[in-house]
Amino acid sequence: MDKYMEVKKRNEAYNRYVQAKIPKTKAWPSLFNSFWVGGVICSIGQGINDLILLWFPNMAEQTAWAYTLIALIFIASFLTAIGVYDKIGKFAGGGSIVPITGFSNSITSPALEFKHEGIIYGICVKMFTIAGPVIVSGVVASFIVGIIYLFI
Amino acid sequence: MYYLWVFLIGGLICMLGQVLIIYTNITSARILVTFVIIGVLLQAFGIFDPISEFARAGINVPIIGFGASLAKGAISAVRSKGLIGAFTGGLEATAGGIAAAIFFAFVFSLIFKSKTKN
Repeated sequence: MDKYMEVKKRNEAYNRYVQAKIPKTKAWPSLFNSFWVGGVICSIGQGINDLILLWFPNMAEQTAWAYTLIALIFIASFLTAIGVYDKIGKFAGGGSIVPITGFSNSITSPALEFKHEGIIYGICVKMFTIAGPVIVSGVVASFIVGIIYLFI
Repeated sequence: MYYLWVFLIGGLICMLGQVLIIYTNITSARILVTFVIIGVLLQAFGIFDPISEFARAGINVPIIGFGASLAKGAISAVRSKGLIGAFTGGLEATAGGIAAAIFFAFVFSLIFKSKTKN
């Protein structure tokens, strides 16, 4: 029983230590930064979309959006690979996570980081540490929506 | 002029993500999952398209747009093909983005070295 108390005490001390060490994000500047960085990323997306429709006026709207997202994904993946996106992420927080560029970053970043564990178990497996849950939840939710629409 | 809406709506959605980070300490995976499900729900209740009409990239570029097009694909495939549409529609609509993200991540991780560990 004594040993149990001792472990419990040690755990509590450790938790206090962790709490003290977690970097505190200053609320207001980070909200402002995430706002304008997110807004800029969306505006860049709108710009790409407008350019695509300007160059290919006959393209279907949905296809143009698909190309827009692919372009953003490409840019974000490249910026992650050269180490720039992480810097944006530290500065903008949610502004860099919530746009589709954050999804792209969440796939490229672990793939790069675990490259040393090999192509299969490093790149291919770790690629989905964050994207996996996103795709799973999205597919499950959209499947349920599809089934509901089948009956209404 | 619509760029103002794009900027404002896009910025607000991203700020909402930052609010979640600050006040609930949730990880980025949970934020992405939350926003994808929000997108699916917005599309399921038919709220997404009216917002998308004036917010354009402001709501399509955030991951909410990804969830919305999953649901949109599933709904339209169910209407045109029946039950099989619920299985195929969602991923079909988002296949471009998912394949691009996987392909570029694979290629770039082969070419480049991790910058975080040095």
